[in-house]
Amino acid sequence: MTKIDIIEAIYEKVGFSKKEVAKIVETIFDIMKEHLTREDKIKISGFGNFVVRNKRARRGRNPQTGDDIQITPRRILTFKPSQVLKAAINRKETPPSESSQV
Amino acid sequence: MNKADLITRVSERTNVTQKVAKVIVDTLFNKMKESLQKGERIEIRGFGSFVVRNYGGYKGRNPKTGEVVDVPPKKLPFFKVGKELKELVNTVKPQEG
Repeated sequence: MTKIDIIEAIYEKVGFSKKEVAKIVETIFDIMKEHLTREDKIKISGFGNFVVRNKRARRGRNPQTGDDIQITPRRILTFKPSQVLKAAINRKETPPSESSQV
Repeated sequence: MNKADLITRVSERTNVTQKVAKVIVDTLFNKMKESLQKGERIEIRGFGSFVVRNYGGYKGRNPKTGEVVDVPPKKLPFFKVGKELKELVNTVKPQEG
């Protein structure tokens, strides 16, 4: 699913036009992006936490050539799913029809 | 920032009431949760994507007692950061190496 499906679900609940809802949804993700960029984590209870982590410089290897390379310090974003979300996903009532195998 | 803070900021920036902003934010995350429950992939342009990965069961050990326990197969949500956001987050460099 994409943003369109989210917009549809919200549209059914509030009395705004789809265009207005689309704008609000865009704003929600913009606020989250700005926060993650400038500051730090976002905790959404019942869903999960988005956490920004600082990684130090480290030595790495180009897997293709085997060359030693320096990996620069960087900030990365990770998502830690909440217990509630994990439990919901593993609940049995959902048909296991998907082919999203690793 | 937690969900309540997010709701407040959404309300401030879009001129909708806190109450409506709460309905919208809750619906957004509920919809995403439902989608993952169905095993669907979620793609949010400019933000990232979520997929459900299946993990096979295995025999594990209780580290305290050494007892062999059966770890059943499970599914876990996995978030892949979008290219744009990945670069944005990394524009602010860590203070020290």
